[in-house]
Amino acid sequence: MAIIETKDLTYTYPGASKPSILDVSIKIEKGEFVLITGPSGCGKTTLCRCFNGLVPHFYQGELKGEISVASIDTLKHHTYEMAKHVGLVFQNPENQLFALSVEKDVAFGLENVGVPREEIRKKVDWALNLTGIYDLRERSPHEISGGQQQRVAIASVLAMEPEIIVLDEPTSFLDPLSAEKIFEVIYDLNKKQGITVILVEHRLDLTAKYTNHLIVMDQGKVRLEGNPREILSSEETRLIGVGIPKATLLYQMLKKDGLNLNNSTPLSSEELAAQLLEALKSR
Amino acid sequence: MIEAENVHFSYPNKVEALKGVSITIKDGEFVAIMGQNGAGKSTFVKHFNGLLKPTSGTIRSDGVETTKSSVASLARNVGFVFQNPDHQLFSETVEDEIAFALKNFGFEADVIEKRVTWALNLLSLTQYRKTSPFLLSGGERKRVALASVLAWDPKTLILDEPTIGQDHEQKEKLRQFIMQMQTQGKTVVIVTHDVEFVAESNPRVVLMKEGKIVADGIGKEILTNPAILELSSIVLPQIAQVFMKLKSLGFPKNIIDIYEAKEIILKTLESKTGK
Repeated sequence: MAIIETKDLTYTYPGASKPSILDVSIKIEKGEFVLITGPSGCGKTTLCRCFNGLVPHFYQGELKGEISVASIDTLKHHTYEMAKHVGLVFQNPENQLFALSVEKDVAFGLENVGVPREEIRKKVDWALNLTGIYDLRERSPHEISGGQQQRVAIASVLAMEPEIIVLDEPTSFLDPLSAEKIFEVIYDLNKKQGITVILVEHRLDLTAKYTNHLIVMDQGKVRLEGNPREILSSEETRLIGVGIPKATLLYQMLKKDGLNLNNSTPLSSEELAAQLLEALKSR
Repeated sequence: MIEAENVHFSYPNKVEALKGVSITIKDGEFVAIMGQNGAGKSTFVKHFNGLLKPTSGTIRSDGVETTKSSVASLARNVGFVFQNPDHQLFSETVEDEIAFALKNFGFEADVIEKRVTWALNLLSLTQYRKTSPFLLSGGERKRVALASVLAWDPKTLILDEPTIGQDHEQKEKLRQFIMQMQTQGKTVVIVTHDVEFVAESNPRVVLMKEGKIVADGIGKEILTNPAILELSSIVLPQIAQVFMKLKSLGFPKNIIDIYEAKEIILKTLESKTGK
């Protein structure tokens, strides 16, 4: 059974004249690494807010259609009940942090669900180490940099070890190497512990290689969904304005000019380089 | 022209964010300041319009020392767009937000109207003219912040992480816009982590680390030097990564442009087949 399933999901914010998401029907299986992309304002963030019930419980407005997350109908259950199952990392970390110290922020969710003290200590330290902010644990979340705040927000969610992690442009303030490290950590959790990951990103150069399920949204609708290699090769994806990874683009340009490369569209520089080496050797 | 001479800066908590930074940015230059989180990039550029004043050393904007001038008067020449738009936006509607500074600078009502319309159009925000900035998406709010600064047409534009949350099309528009600013002789300084954006736009690249400048030069050289980049926590642009992996086959390594990449690969393959 799908871990997340929506059927004709349509949602309109209070006072808005048109829906932010429209007839969204998707199925996400347990253990998938889903990447959601699409032009800004296309409804990606709104869809993520549906996954833990922030839409409609917090934002109000009008939600139509069906949604089930970890076998729970989010319309009938509150966001706090969803928190055990779904961790959401917001686009803007400041909206998420509030405690007096980094470690208190990371511990907050665990305290709330009544995890024993010793256990909390262990989980918090694990999450702080994983995200590389152990040394910041006694600092106030409001006096550290935007990139560091993003790590705190990610650590807070990881500490809960939810079944599903939803990350909305979680590394936008981080430098590229730190961003890559965070993506590797998330990818690792996905591979080793089978945590379902839903990542919202514009920067496919950095993230396409992790996904096995790509969703392209535009104007509130899901326009394309499925195998990233197929979707990133399609003309429609380019027309919607998705930033195709440079390695994928270069592959397409070379193929168009008659270079005989194999038919698996590369999603990363490693994959393209391997194909080029192969092509060179065969000559 | 912006001239920094041995600028040191310490925050009130004694953290020394800048440890002797010197640079000259000429009129009409396009500069990308890159480096890891906490390297002092944002702290440094906040000196350009006097938001921060050096603890020691000097910053001159068009020959005037920033310590001898107010932020208000410097702002007319040096527009600053913050990393986080929520630190900047406060008005009821997008239109009011963009008009605010123009009113403050004393522009006539009809000029304000024209400038607001122009800026809305430029950043694809016309449909949100009467909307509250806080109802917009993160990427859209970022564009409102940019529009509100562009509207008063400052001579120098400082953009702190302008591509965060922007989709491909908006980034492309931003890139074209920066090019357009340059043809008008304006100076553009961006602080960014976006290596792909920098690789495509080809500015002068300045790398910072721990409060100092560690490299300064053209993108093609700096963005293809893994040792320097790693020092600053930057990864190679994807095209450069591909060429790095083909290096052993005699491919040149300093390639960041996709069209150049295509030509070189095709040429090399042709010569291998003996044509």
